[in-house]
Amino acid sequence: MVDRLRLKGTDSWWMFLLLLPTLVGILLGTVGSLLASVAISFTNWNNVQPAQWVGWKNYIDSFTDPRFGDTLLNTLKFAGLYIPASIIAALTAALILNGHAKGRGFFRAAFFFPSLTSSVAVALVFSWIYSLDNGILNQILTFFGAPAVNWMGKENILFSVTIANVWGAVGEGMIIFLAALQAVPATYYEAARMEGAGKFHIFRRITFPLITPALFFQIVIVTVNALQAFEYIYMLTRRTQGESSMATVVYLIYRNGFRWFNMGLASAQAVLLAVVIILFMVAYFRVEKKLVVYDK
Amino acid sequence: MTNRTKSSWLNEVFFTLKTQVWVWVALVAGLVVTAGPFLWMVSTSFKFPAQQFDGSLLPWPITLNNYIRLFTSAPYLLAEVYNSLEVSVLSTVGQVLTCAMAGFAFSVFQFRGRNFLFGVLLLTLVIPPQVTLIPNFIIFSHLGLIGTKIPLWIVSFLGGAFGTFLLRQYFASIPFELAEAARMDGASLMRIFVRIYFPLSKPALSALAILTFTGSWNELIRPLVYLPSNQKLTTLTVGLSLYQAQYSGQWSFLMACAVISILPILLVFLVAQKQIIEGSALTGIK
Repeated sequence: MVDRLRLKGTDSWWMFLLLLPTLVGILLGTVGSLLASVAISFTNWNNVQPAQWVGWKNYIDSFTDPRFGDTLLNTLKFAGLYIPASIIAALTAALILNGHAKGRGFFRAAFFFPSLTSSVAVALVFSWIYSLDNGILNQILTFFGAPAVNWMGKENILFSVTIANVWGAVGEGMIIFLAALQAVPATYYEAARMEGAGKFHIFRRITFPLITPALFFQIVIVTVNALQAFEYIYMLTRRTQGESSMATVVYLIYRNGFRWFNMGLASAQAVLLAVVIILFMVAYFRVEKKLVVYDK
Repeated sequence: MTNRTKSSWLNEVFFTLKTQVWVWVALVAGLVVTAGPFLWMVSTSFKFPAQQFDGSLLPWPITLNNYIRLFTSAPYLLAEVYNSLEVSVLSTVGQVLTCAMAGFAFSVFQFRGRNFLFGVLLLTLVIPPQVTLIPNFIIFSHLGLIGTKIPLWIVSFLGGAFGTFLLRQYFASIPFELAEAARMDGASLMRIFVRIYFPLSKPALSALAILTFTGSWNELIRPLVYLPSNQKLTTLTVGLSLYQAQYSGQWSFLMACAVISILPILLVFLVAQKQIIEGSALTGIK
């Protein structure tokens, strides 16, 4: 039980003042915008002419337009690769660093740095690494006599984009996992070793259950990021006319809303994306109770 | 008996050595993968266009031409750096100030509706920013602010779930007896905030400041939407995406642009990596 001070005198006024920006932010920025988005999604607003109520038209249009289905599928495929890949990579990095004291600070910093740098700059570098004609990957392949690969071609683009994106995200997850691993009391390990437990056994019975809260937190964050991915997709898959060779839902929302100013349609698709995210969260919080060990 | 202990001891040493080797192999491989693209970027930026495809990691002959060209044939780069800096600094000030205010209110005082309000605040984390982008755009366009930098930083002065949560976690770790003792001496709420909690939270405040700064510096979609697609008026990230199309294929020049855009972040990271890493870890533990 955490102690808290009671308000007295003029404290209530100050308290109100402290919370005022946050209250305005929640009301205007989030709750208000969310309701406004839902309202706009039933209109044909284009930011120039007065809006007209069009009912479910934007939703029906989205579901009958194969482009929306394609972007939704691309988003889910990307999430299906990105979520496990970034979790496994981050957890592996954290486990290796946790058991290794020498130079830990250096490696921790080096592995973390990519997640701090601009995705746009990093994606620019990756667009060159993947370049068909003279990219470094194809130079290496041809050096060993293998044929060059079209990394941004139809069959590879999903993997290439995912790898670049995971590369930019590993550091953040690693930090979260490392903090959780270091919070496991050393006495637990000692007790297990006294009883002759093997390394794998210790991981499965002690380490893993104790880091499940961090794991759950990270899966939630990574899922939200995956479903909202934009920067790498924009930089790596955008073609000369502005359309994308692997458009995700967010990309389509951006194009509909801010290139063609079809705000009603874009809002409907944003609301649909929010529904997808909420469905993921509901599913996660259902399994959370079974899998996550909250025990302090 | 002694023999057996000895052999198991040898076994142990051999085993540890073997795992040590594998750990080093994994660490070095990880380092190659993380540092590789950066080294490649820096090395190419010092090459002549004729050498950009030579595949060598060491540029030879070395040239500063790409950097010089940045300031001569792409004269808007400095304007873009300034725009990014203005937006990032103002966003950082807004976030640190308003998140600290809310985080303090949520962690030290008891008031009606506290848990409810905090719950609502955390829920806002789940709402995709794309959903709020369109109504916000409409509001700002009615206010006549599209094309200015104001929409990019003004919202930072309205608090935020991530920053408030991060600071609340830190405030909760400050010994409560300090606040209680100050209260006994008759200190007001604001005095406790300004004299005790604010100064004691420098590590968490600087972590939030750095994360906000880098996040704002790297942002793409909002500057893309709010600012005109004009190299002089936009931020560095959007500028970079414009250069990508404009100087397509001129990799040595484009890599110099990328180096310039990463440099400020690298400097901030080298100075404050401890706070950044510990701050990022703070949100995940409990």
